[in-house]
Amino acid sequence: MARTLFSGNEAVARGAWEAGVAVGVGYPGTPSTEVLENLVRYEGVRCEWAPNEKVAAEVAAGVSLAGGRVIVTMKHVGLNVAADPLFTLAYTGVGGGYVLFVADDPGMHSSQNEQDSRRYAVAAKVPMLEPADPAEALAMTRAAFEISEEFDVPVLVRSTTRVSHSKGVVEVDGARAQVQPQPYIKDPAKWVMVPANARRRRIDLEERLVRLAEHAELSGLNRVELRDRSLGVIVDGAAYRAVREALPDASVLKIGMVHPFPRDLVRAFAAEVESVAVVEELGPFVRDLVVQAGVAVREVPLPAWGEVTPAVVRAAFGVLPLEVRKVREGVPERPPLMCPGCPHRGVFWALKRTKAVVTGDIGCYTLGAAPPLAAMDSCICMGASVGMAHGASLVERERPVIGVIGDSTFAHSGITGLVHMAYNGSHGTIVVLDNRTTAMTGHQGNPISGVTLSGEHTSELDLEALARACGAGWVRTVDPFDLATTLAALKEAIAAPTLAVLIAKAPCALLEKRVKDPVAVDDDVCTACGSCIQLGCPAISKADSGNAQIDVTICVGCGQCEQVCRFGAIVPAGPACDLGGSAR
Amino acid sequence: MSGVTTVVLAGVGGQGTILAGDVLAKVAMADGHDVRLSEVHGMAQRGGSVITFVRFGDEVHAPVVDPGTADHLIAFEMIEAARQLPLLKRDGRLVVNQRVVLPLPVLVGAARVPDDLEAALAREGAIFVDAEALACEAGSSKSANIVLLGAASAGLPLSEESWAEVIASRVPPATVEANLRAFELGRAACLKGACR
Ligand code: SF4
Ligand code: SF4
Repeated sequence: MARTLFSGNEAVARGAWEAGVAVGVGYPGTPSTEVLENLVRYEGVRCEWAPNEKVAAEVAAGVSLAGGRVIVTMKHVGLNVAADPLFTLAYTGVGGGYVLFVADDPGMHSSQNEQDSRRYAVAAKVPMLEPADPAEALAMTRAAFEISEEFDVPVLVRSTTRVSHSKGVVEVDGARAQVQPQPYIKDPAKWVMVPANARRRRIDLEERLVRLAEHAELSGLNRVELRDRSLGVIVDGAAYRAVREALPDASVLKIGMVHPFPRDLVRAFAAEVESVAVVEELGPFVRDLVVQAGVAVREVPLPAWGEVTPAVVRAAFGVLPLEVRKVREGVPERPPLMCPGCPHRGVFWALKRTKAVVTGDIGCYTLGAAPPLAAMDSCICMGASVGMAHGASLVERERPVIGVIGDSTFAHSGITGLVHMAYNGSHGTIVVLDNRTTAMTGHQGNPISGVTLSGEHTSELDLEALARACGAGWVRTVDPFDLATTLAALKEAIAAPTLAVLIAKAPCALLEKRVKDPVAVDDDVCTACGSCIQLGCPAISKADSGNAQIDVTICVGCGQCEQVCRFGAIVPAGPACDLGGSAR
Repeated sequence: MSGVTTVVLAGVGGQGTILAGDVLAKVAMADGHDVRLSEVHGMAQRGGSVITFVRFGDEVHAPVVDPGTADHLIAFEMIEAARQLPLLKRDGRLVVNQRVVLPLPVLVGAARVPDDLEAALAREGAIFVDAEALACEAGSSKSANIVLLGAASAGLPLSEESWAEVIASRVPPATVEANLRAFELGRAACLKGACR
């Protein structure tokens, strides 16, 4: 037995490998991304990034149909995209084991909303397992494959940020299950969901849920820990760890299989303890099920949002608050910002000058909404920028409307929006920020950058040809580091009497660390106009004199600020010294 | 909980806090402890505040740290030290890199860094380290994070051999020597009481 320090995501990858998974497929999304990035390192597993979660879930369905075990990974908002195949896969059931790993983000550390994937398990009528830490993540991923095949059903494994991105000591036994792919059997009554077949499978599905409910009661995935009997806490997922920390003496019923819900076990647990309380994140979900099981619940004041930490549990149960030091007042906020030398900065600078309504999307460029650039007006979900740009242009008469979307997001769900625009005769403008990678989630390849999950070069989607094929009449690629050309092209795109697609193409600053000599401000020439500061480059700030100043340890010499300064006050500074610079 | 040591590492995206947290957690594991580490990444990597929790001992439950419970706060930068101070116990140990990384609101003139920041931290008992200077002395400006671990290690119940082993295995091979020196310089500075 080897002891290893594993994150929850590393443990899920390990569990899938041990379960003999043949294929892993998904779309990157924090905090789910590292599952596939780790799984791809194991021998004998084929791993792929899909353009979006729906495609990933369908690829996985094909693997399962053909008899292989498969894991498909995504974050909670991705499950919305994959919901369509999932709901019907619950009817067809599986061939090889089918596990869908979904990572929720209570507290919205890196997400646009806080949704509760437990409700998907109920809505889709499929089982859901919920590990509380990395060790359980490994064990439950393995168990999920067994359940999937035994009950002929796709299985959801739900994690949260604190499971996926926390590390703990995990015992790794090293064995990989030798699963032979099931032979493919033609069985249209199972796999062809036309109404006549679907109606029969609908009944099967309900029977499966009954058997699964029995499994939930007996399988050991749900665990009773009796300690002090005056209080019994029912808890699922990451909240278990918070309860153990804050209420070490309480008895606990730890729910590991949250759907179907183990009602009898809950009743039996309630009979052992004097009072029952429920602790969960994003509730009331478990709480309502406990009440439905006929158990009286002692209500404790838990917030319906955010993470459940030990402090939250302490507060809810009236455990004395700890003495806390005060923060020094007036400490400035530190929001994330675009990197020095980020190619998107120039595009947002130009966009601001068009006075357009800018519908935005999900990615690093969402930071273009923040001051000082403040050149993005919306961010809803993957691909929304394109559809929203069209919609807004149907009613906005005063200002141009521009949709801004990254390369990976465009492949994910921007293309269909563009097809819609062309089909409906739009003369709008879409800007594709092609930084050659999926930067936000840690630089995964995508169909436009043409790098696969295993790092191989593959065909690159030709954005210009695609835009034309979709029906755009004006298509051009610009270098966003050339600000004047970018602004001119934007104005031309807006004026074009046709659907226009502008591609701003330059690699992410973190992808190609092309550090040139930094620049400096010539104090005699600087007029303190502040134009360069408005670029929002982290290297540029206002000196006490009012002039701009540039931190040579941060500047990467991208040249954008030189172009913005009308007075020529920004000049080459010569090579940087090797002092500092550790902030980047 | 008795027997559990709780450490918070706070810094700015890109400063190497995540690597430092990983090294610390692996050292604790090498010493036979149960360990939990938690970090939040995503947007935070783009120059925002970054915070990593490392807890080790006989049995560790929560991977997150409540206000008022951390035994050690290792701050890679003074503004983050002030921001995360509420996590530190009244008698906790505060190691601070004597450096400010200006946040965007300050860069564009929308906010100010409090004038008495350093003095306020000193009043809270901060042990200051000039990590960048010591890192340069060790031979790599990028090893400031390891200097800080060295400084913090002087107060942590972890064995010296494990530190060297884990650092050597976690940093790029070409930088092992410089990083080990960086660790020693940071540790020596604190043991000698030379970090103000
Ligand atoms: S990671 Fe790349 S795309 Fe994202 S802000 Fe930094 S430079 Fe820009
Ligand atoms: S200071 Fe100017 S040249 Fe340097 S990174 Fe920022 S924008 Fe680019």
